This record gives sequence, C-alpha cells and structure tokens, in this order.
Amino acid sequence: MMQSTVSTKREMSFSHLREDATTAVAHGAEPKIKIRNLDFFYGSFQGLKHIDLDIQEGMVTAFIGPSGCGKSTLLRTLNRMYDLYPGQRATGEILLNGKNVLSPDQDVNALRAKVGMVFQKPTPFPMSIYENIAFGVRLYENLSRADMDNRVEWALRKAALWDEVKGKLNQSGLSLSGGQQQRLCIARGVAVKPEVLLLDEPTSALDPISTAKVEELVHELKSEYTIAIVTHNMQQAARVSDYTAYMYLGELVEFGLTDEIFIKPKRKETEDYITGRFG
Amino acid sequence: MSDTTVLYRKRVRTNRVALMCSMLAMLIGMSFLAWIMIVLLYKGFGALSLSLFTQSTPAPGSDGGLFNAILGSLMMVGVSTFIATPIGILAGVYLSEFGRKGWLAPTTRFINDILLSAPSIVIGVFIYAVYVAQVQHFSGWAGSMALALIAIPVVVRTTENMLNLVPGSLREAASALGAPRWKVVLHVVLRSARAGVLTGILLAIARVSGETAPLLFTALNNQFTSYDLNGPMANLPVVIFQFAMSPYENWNSLAWGGAILITFGVLCLNIVVRTMFRKKI
Repeated sequence: MMQSTVSTKREMSFSHLREDATTAVAHGAEPKIKIRNLDFFYGSFQGLKHIDLDIQEGMVTAFIGPSGCGKSTLLRTLNRMYDLYPGQRATGEILLNGKNVLSPDQDVNALRAKVGMVFQKPTPFPMSIYENIAFGVRLYENLSRADMDNRVEWALRKAALWDEVKGKLNQSGLSLSGGQQQRLCIARGVAVKPEVLLLDEPTSALDPISTAKVEELVHELKSEYTIAIVTHNMQQAARVSDYTAYMYLGELVEFGLTDEIFIKPKRKETEDYITGRFG
Repeated sequence: MSDTTVLYRKRVRTNRVALMCSMLAMLIGMSFLAWIMIVLLYKGFGALSLSLFTQSTPAPGSDGGLFNAILGSLMMVGVSTFIATPIGILAGVYLSEFGRKGWLAPTTRFINDILLSAPSIVIGVFIYAVYVAQVQHFSGWAGSMALALIAIPVVVRTTENMLNLVPGSLREAASALGAPRWKVVLHVVLRSARAGVLTGILLAIARVSGETAPLLFTALNNQFTSYDLNGPMANLPVVIFQFAMSPYENWNSLAWGGAILITFGVLCLNIVVRTMFRKKI
C-alpha cells in the first residue's frame, strides 16, 4: 500500500519533470542556469566580477582562460562548493530552473543532489568500487539490494567503465588506474541522477587515451544532462562544447557558440588567447 | 667548463659528508636501541618461563611469576584505552574538521599540547588528589583514569594530524554529492585516515603501558591476584620499579622478565597492526 503510493508519487513527479522540460523547449529553450550580476569574494579579493551568463539545457558549456581567471571559481559557485570555506562569499543571482541557489534558505545538500561535480584529480573514496557509487545513491534513495546493483551497473555503464570493473566491484576504488578512477568519479556523479554536471578540468591529470574516453563520455552524457566544463585545453573545449566562455581576471570577456568563438571571436583578447599569442 | 667541474666536485663532496653524518646519527640511535634490546634479552631471558605467566609475585627468595602484574596492567591499560579512544578521536575530529574558525579549537589544541607534555607524575598526583584522597584508597579505577589522561592527548594529536593529511579534495568530492558534513567525516575522512588513527591509539597504548609514575599514586601495587578494579592493583611498571630496586636476586630477575614482556609486547602490537593495515591499503 505504502509502496504503491510512493511509486505513484514518483511517477507523478517524473511526468511533471518531463512536462517541465517540454514546455521549456516550446518556449524557445529557457536556459537551465541563469547567472546574473554575480560577484565572488575570497575574503577581500574579488575573484569574479559582474558575471552574466546563461547555461543552456542539454548542452555543453566550456569555460576557458588563463590560470586564476576565475573559471573554476565560477563553477564552484554553481553548486555552492565555496560554502565549505569561511570567508568566501558570492553575491548576485544564480537561477537554476528559475530559483536562486545563492539565497540563504537554499538547502545546499539538495542543490548538490541536482548539480553534481567532478574534480581535476580523481577522488575515489577509500571504499570498494561498488560502495563508491552506492554511497551517493544512499544519501537520497532507499534502494533494495537488487535495485542498488542495477543502479551501480547503470552508472558504471554510463561512465564506460562497466566492462573494465564488472568482475571486481568489491575491490578498492583506489586500485584502479588514474583514468579509471576519474571515470569512477563520473559514474558516482551520474548515479545520483543530477540535472547538471560540473566538470572541473576533468582530464588534466589523465593520459591521452583516458582523456579521449572522458570526452566521448561528455558527448554521450549531454543528451541527458546539462554540462559545464572547465578546461585548460583549447582543443578540448572546441571538441566537446556547444558554447564557450572566455574569462580573464575574473571577468567574462566573451561568450557564445563554440564555433563562433573559435572561428571568428569578436574580441581581440579572445583571439589572442585562442591562437596562443597570449596566456 | 672547469668552473662547473670544480663546483660539481664540491657538491659531490658535500653530499657525501651530509650522507655520512646522517648515517652516523642513524647508527647512534639504532645502536642504543639494539643495546637496550640485547641487555634486556641477556638479563631477562633466564626469567622467562611458564610460571612467569601463571604465578603471582612471590615473597623474597621463593618462586613466583608476574601473573597478577600482567593481569593488572592489561586491565588498566584496557580500561584506559576504552576511555581515551572515543574522547581522543572525537576531540581530534573536532579540531581538524569543525574547529576551523573561532577561538575554541586553537585554545583546545594549545591545552592539549600542554597535557601532552605534562610530566606523568603530575597526572598521578592530580588523580591522587581528586579521586584517591577522596575515596581514601588506591584502586585500579584510579590507575585507569590516570593512564587515560595520558593517552587522550596522544590520541587527539595523532587523530588531528592524520585527518589533516586527508586531502581537501576528498572532502569536497563527498560534499559535492550532497553528503551532510557528519557523513563526509565519518564515511570518507575518518575512513581514509583509519590506519593513521589506529596507529595513534596504538602509540597511546604503547605510551601508557610503560608508565610508572602515575600508577604509583593511584593503583599502587598488590601482591596478590586481583580482578577488582576498586582495590589496589598490581601492574608491570610498578612491580619492575620495586623489584629492580630490591636486594633480592629472584625479584631482580623477575623485574628483567617484566621489562622484556612490556618491551616485546609493545613491539609485537606495532608489528601486527602494521602488517594488518599494509595489506588492506
């Protein structure tokens, strides 16, 4: 009895979501995330200055720029990662599905359930491959053993890791190679079924083959998730993204379709950076 | 060109001298350790027998063992570890994970460091004053408390240090999944530092199992086998202290035997746990 009410509720909420998505498309692609007049401070140092930016649903948005330009900082405001550190604060608005996530009454854990993140260095938890993925899922769902098994397999398949680890799910996540660890982290992020995935230089610690795998993954994932990726590798931005933002010294210099930014940037600074004359 | 070769040779020479100095320092340290082990084995090996583990401390001149002292030591070290471990780990977690801002954590850390270097006899006198003098008798509980007071700061310090070694990126990764703070600490941070935290507990056990001064004022000693923590209790360090100072030859020999037991007990404990955790990580 209880079970059935729960499941109908879930179905209802899913259909509700689907409706939301379709109406959004019908209205001419309302952006998933709207950033308005965002300022960010590390103590008294201003790390981001008046950022205005839209991140489109189901698209990959890349952030490029020299080190220290604020691109990682921007990414970390989207899931309020900076909350962990006293002295860091953001002002302005970040609207996710129309709701300001910077408002103090936003539950950060609920936000992070919707906005997942993968970091520069692989960060597998000190537990088995299976548990690495189940850990996040258990935070939100009470799954039976069989359902959890399915979810773990589903996530690992999404991250193109299943075939490599299916025989050793009980081994430590730390026993995998660097590239596998990073895909495990992506699987972990995908497993909780977020709406947005933030990738903070996800391939900078990986070899070219693992990098290619992760990039393929980004391609596949974007049909279901909105993705924001920070990268130092301009070719990577050109390869994987639909939109590109070029940032410099905490400011958004240029933002537009990746093809336009890379073929004929409007601003001289962007062109200089992309062609390697600067940075 | 010749300049660089002169410079190069000088560097090689400096390197060799520095290497020799550090080897020498290492040798000095190791030789004392080896010396202690050899003397212990040489003097105490004769005392090692089955009766050492089965009989209680004897009167001068008659046969006996150290059973009561071994039992008392195990019980009091056990109880003190049981008290000190949760307090120490929780305090260490607070200092490392939650006390990032404010004055409380730095103050606690400072006081803990003072406690860490407090002479153990002071701790013994303290427990004597606040507990033994109040209840009017020596007891195993008092001894356990004194030992726990010595163990807590060790556990706090090592726990904090070990948790600080856990990379911040791991905390961020767990938080990024939406895990609440306590889950991040319990399931991810403590888990990745567990070998270190356990080492801290072992260090504390090793430290307190050799403490004599705090037990002199608290548990004192007992010639007979006693399981009652509410009464005076025999223990290895105080027995060693008394027997080694005595003029009786059989007591002297038992003291050496006790010294071997403590030293090699602690050594074995360390080896066992180290090998246990090496496999897992």
